[in-house]
Amino acid sequence: MTDNPQLIEMYRKMLLIRRFEEAIFDLYRDGKMPGLAHLYAGEEAVAVGSCAALNPDDYITSTHRGHGHILAKGGQPDRMMAEVCGRVDGYCRGKGGEMHIADFTLGILGANGIVGGGLGIATGAAFTAKVRKTGQVSVGFFGEGGINQGIFYEELNMAAAWKLPVIYVCENNQYGEYTPWRKVTAGEDITERARAMGAAGVRVDGNDVLAVYQVTREAAERARQGEGPSLIECLTYRYTGHHVGEPGKGYRSDAEIEEWRRRDPIPRFEKYMLEKGIASGTDIEEIQENVAQEISEAVDFALNAPYPELSELTKHVYVE
Amino acid sequence: MTVETKTGVRELTFAQALREALHEEMQRDDRIFVIGEDVGAWGGVFRVTEGIYDKFGPERAVDTPISEEGFTGLAVGAAMTGLHPVVEIMFGDFITLAMEQIVNQAAKMRYMSGGQAEVPITVRATIGAGRSSGGQHSQSLHAWFAHIPGLKVVVPATPYDAKGLLKTALRDQNPVMFFEDKLMYAKVKGEVPEQEYTIPFGKADIKRPGKDVTIVALSRMVHAALAAAEKLAEEGIQAEVIDPRTLTPLDRDTLIQSVIKTQRAVIVDMGYHDFGATAELAATIMNGAFDYIDAPIERLGATQVPIPFSPPLEMSTIPDEEKIIAAVKRTLAGRGA
Repeated sequence: MTDNPQLIEMYRKMLLIRRFEEAIFDLYRDGKMPGLAHLYAGEEAVAVGSCAALNPDDYITSTHRGHGHILAKGGQPDRMMAEVCGRVDGYCRGKGGEMHIADFTLGILGANGIVGGGLGIATGAAFTAKVRKTGQVSVGFFGEGGINQGIFYEELNMAAAWKLPVIYVCENNQYGEYTPWRKVTAGEDITERARAMGAAGVRVDGNDVLAVYQVTREAAERARQGEGPSLIECLTYRYTGHHVGEPGKGYRSDAEIEEWRRRDPIPRFEKYMLEKGIASGTDIEEIQENVAQEISEAVDFALNAPYPELSELTKHVYVE
Repeated sequence: MTVETKTGVRELTFAQALREALHEEMQRDDRIFVIGEDVGAWGGVFRVTEGIYDKFGPERAVDTPISEEGFTGLAVGAAMTGLHPVVEIMFGDFITLAMEQIVNQAAKMRYMSGGQAEVPITVRATIGAGRSSGGQHSQSLHAWFAHIPGLKVVVPATPYDAKGLLKTALRDQNPVMFFEDKLMYAKVKGEVPEQEYTIPFGKADIKRPGKDVTIVALSRMVHAALAAAEKLAEEGIQAEVIDPRTLTPLDRDTLIQSVIKTQRAVIVDMGYHDFGATAELAATIMNGAFDYIDAPIERLGATQVPIPFSPPLEMSTIPDEEKIIAAVKRTLAGRGA
């Protein structure tokens, strides 16, 4: 199913996401970026495992906590970092910001600031793929907070009724902002909600990159064969607060955070690669150095990029 | 049912003209498909999409569940990936359910992506009171969308304009909100050429020239304004009736030039009066023709109540010929409302 270079690339991507988010944390702390930052650290296996199962021309839509999805689908760290910093060399010329990064050339149809807001777009992309018979699939990422939005059911219903090639990847990081999901969510198993509509629904350890890869691959095969949508619930955890500047405590116990940190997807996969002889300690050190270098360059690129000229303000409201 | 009037011109109803635009553009461009409640096999509750299902098949005339946010969102995604959906919101009131997809997604996607996204979606929705349909099937909500950058807003009044403007919408790579007064579908007839034509957005049409007062009217109110102008002419008052046809983009210059000439303006819309389209049109005229205005600008819109069911109550909420005539006479007397 996967060869060694692919596994090593999955490791590199997870590490890239972690270091990217750590760099944003520092930028925010040092007052070098505007707005808020919603960090993905802790959830890397979800984005990397699922995107590894996709083809380059497959589509994704992302969320307010979207940096990981975009890097996993091939987004460039330097242009992303420039966008986070509001610079004109960012992916969206500084007009979107960290919640709205898009790269249409990579099938990334935008991160989205509305919870559940990308699910219609993901389903529509799948509709196009089906009508045009392109063989593409579409992945709509969302959090467990989005599972209770009405649009999820509206899209899932149409996707299931019409067998659209779409995969809804629910990142269950346990908290919708500051509220534990169990407190506001009915039923023991949210994947039942998909099965109720005749779609596939599966829960997976979202900190196990290979497990996520495997279930996404199966869902993508089903989708491409015309068997319709799937819901994948990935159990995971965000290490930092809802956004940087909010410490992520007070509503989460130290013991709980500690418990999830023990399941960190990156050391876990590193151990797996060493045990299986996929990579040596030297290989891993080299990857770590390269990733650190890439992130350092991305930060330099972002901070040296200019802000948009005011003449940019009214451009791109409409297609001229 | 068409009647030949002269070579190359037929009389069509408002609905027939829209249907013809859809058929012609769908023939021309295979990216275009219609999607909404009962738009396929049934042909649409107002018959605008009739014949499309049989001619173009179920993938291009998509019957949806009653899920306005869902199918509008799906259409936004389809538009972003190469198709050109025409979403029908059966009663415009139901557009409240799809606001998130239109306002936060379709309208902003191009800008927020720094010019990467194109979202060629046309949303057709009905407006118009007067059928005793009650408070949730009678509103005229077009002004809401003119408030949002990234959307274009079309409010045609005649079959000729409806066809030419819908064809333009279907060749536009932006989200276009296209509002159709449901009382005009069968009742309003007009000449439509057989040959190909389109009408550019942002170009107002002087429906009747005049020198004494400018009446700016939208959608069905154009017909009330023309009827009022006819009566006023009998009293020797020459009203100029202007139909902006699109709110976004708005042909401000034509309005201003008309009022510079007439020095008086009455603005009529079926949308709500307060903070409505008439307010923006009035402000446009105030700014552009201030030195020429001889009377307070009159604004007529729906009364600020939920549209009532009982016919006498409902009809009283809508501007009509008599109210327009009264407003014109107030401006000529130099008095405000």
